[in-house]
Amino acid sequence: MRWMRNVLVGAALAGLALPAAQARTVKVGVVLAFSGVNAEWSEQIMRGAELYLKQHPDSVGNNKIELIKRDSKNPSGTVARTEVQELITREKVDIVAGFAFSPDAIASAPLATQAKVPMIVMNAGTAWITNLSPYIARTSFSMWDAAYPMGTYAAKTLGCKTAAVGYTDYPPGKDSLEAFTKGFESAGGKVVDAIPMGNPAQVPDFTPFLQRVRDEKPNCLYVFVPAGEHAAALVKTYGELGLRAAGIKLIGPLDIIQDTKLQGMGKAAVGLVVMGHYAADYTNPANEVFVKAWRAAYGANSTPDFMAVGGWDGMAAIAHVVKTLDGKIDGDKAMKALEGWKFASPRGPIMIDPKTRDIVQDEHVEEVVEKGGRLHVNVLETIPQVKDPCKELKVGKCAQ
Amino acid sequence: MQHVLNVAVGLLLDGLAYGMILFIISVGLSVTMGLMGFVNLAHGAFAMAGGYVTVTLMSALGVPFLPALAGAFVIVGAASVAFERLLYARLYRANELDQVLFSIGLVFMAIAAFTYFYGPAPRPIRVPAYLSGSVDLGFRTLPAYRVFMVAVGAALVAALWFGFERTSLGAKIRAAVDNRHMAQSVGIHVDRLFTMTFALGSGLAALGGGLAVNLLGLTPTFAIQYLVFFLIVVAVGGLGSIRGAVVAALVLGITDNAGKYLYPAGGAFFIYAATIALLLLRPAGLYGRD
Repeated sequence: MRWMRNVLVGAALAGLALPAAQARTVKVGVVLAFSGVNAEWSEQIMRGAELYLKQHPDSVGNNKIELIKRDSKNPSGTVARTEVQELITREKVDIVAGFAFSPDAIASAPLATQAKVPMIVMNAGTAWITNLSPYIARTSFSMWDAAYPMGTYAAKTLGCKTAAVGYTDYPPGKDSLEAFTKGFESAGGKVVDAIPMGNPAQVPDFTPFLQRVRDEKPNCLYVFVPAGEHAAALVKTYGELGLRAAGIKLIGPLDIIQDTKLQGMGKAAVGLVVMGHYAADYTNPANEVFVKAWRAAYGANSTPDFMAVGGWDGMAAIAHVVKTLDGKIDGDKAMKALEGWKFASPRGPIMIDPKTRDIVQDEHVEEVVEKGGRLHVNVLETIPQVKDPCKELKVGKCAQ
Repeated sequence: MQHVLNVAVGLLLDGLAYGMILFIISVGLSVTMGLMGFVNLAHGAFAMAGGYVTVTLMSALGVPFLPALAGAFVIVGAASVAFERLLYARLYRANELDQVLFSIGLVFMAIAAFTYFYGPAPRPIRVPAYLSGSVDLGFRTLPAYRVFMVAVGAALVAALWFGFERTSLGAKIRAAVDNRHMAQSVGIHVDRLFTMTFALGSGLAALGGGLAVNLLGLTPTFAIQYLVFFLIVVAVGGLGSIRGAVVAALVLGITDNAGKYLYPAGGAFFIYAATIALLLLRPAGLYGRD
């Protein structure tokens, strides 16, 4: 009977010895398009997010983060919404994150509001997404961050008097068109044509659209297409149809020179001018650490891109919330913790704007150059700490 | 006037090239579905497999582009024999719904399998330098690769026309498709013939897939992404007619390209409008037999 007493005493002691600060597990539902067209984006975002946790195990204090991944498949938003609903009602997640495509974030936003669950948008870039719910914070970008200053830069510095705009026909495309047009025309330029170029689910044949531009002869062609296969095909067609030789400059947001696609674009990409917030070539200390850790984890030949950084920063934001609230996630307190949060991102210094919960970041004018058989991104000019111009100027849905 | 003429000729050329691309990615289906009468929605899966074989041969083994395409044709064609004997052969006499369900199931399994082995990321392809430049016509610049596609398309049309219309093998295939029992009773080995035809169709699918990588990109979802285009080409052309598939692909290619040039906001409207109009005029397709 002696052993029994020992066990009982031992158990009682163990009970007393329970730590005061209990380690909690925070459930984070990650909704990304792991299959379907451009599934590569979601792989980048997920890798970035997981790498942050791996490199910073202490960033969540005494607590743990459990990731529950769900596939949002096609970019229509319907699957994402269903997944978010299941994550909230069945898995009882504390936070939802991810959202590769704008429609996915737009469709899921009402659920975040109803359930008061913080929703961290790691990619989707339509400007007014953050207006859709007070529980949304974004660690990627707004389409306006790049498109609006690009419009001003094209008119003032590149000397373009006329421009044609080509865009993929879905919310971020229209957003980018609107932002560029506003920036360009308020700086004295004129947009002569706006061409919808297919949908995000399928890479279209860009020939008829670019031939049309070629015959219109604008000074600049501003393009928004989703990064990935769309961008690669677009730049290739631009090169093959001889638009550069015809004197039409191709410009755009950084999506058209995504790091993972850049080397494959070859000569056609040399001389492209984009407005962007990240390139793997950046030399700030945070990026050097990030790129090194990335290559160690995912292979010397793999490269992170701006989507991976959206995932990395998004996870850093989540870790910050978990640590601040010590694992007890409450929607309102979590948003409070995020407002004004500052972080040394691989892209440079970032902040979550306390008013809009959208990211504030540096934008760079970048040119693609060839050096030693490789394509590089050369920063020409920096616009520090850009706040989403759509919300600053209160345009359309951004005013609500 | 000169300008209008230039634009018109340009649109015709671009549309022709685009139509040839549609033909090349669909020709395999016009053999398996058109000629053999099997509703083979898995055509895209064989095309996708062909793309991966081409890319793998080139990147892992250093095979040049053209031999790699031939390799894709042979390897996928040979592999499809196993599928035909084990699976397809059981469903030749099944109803269309069964064939649809079976082959679409095969597509999803193929997507999952290729995602497992290759991952979801797109596979790049490096085509030889002589195919990556442009041909300058003065008023228009044509990408060299598209000129190449037009040539390949024309060669395929000639080879298939000759094979099916002018050889005894082609005659046997047509006989077997038209009346299986009669063909068997005059001593044609129908099963073996169907296996060969299926292998040819799958090989052509693989060839189309390999050729398309440079234009459409390559991910496992290739298997289903362009399914609508394959089906439109075969349906508008008329089942069982290679000639129909060529004409349909060209008409659709030229309409779609011109529509997008002249009125981009119309988007995909033109290709579907043309499809509906043609099928209303000729429900069995341009060269189909009622």
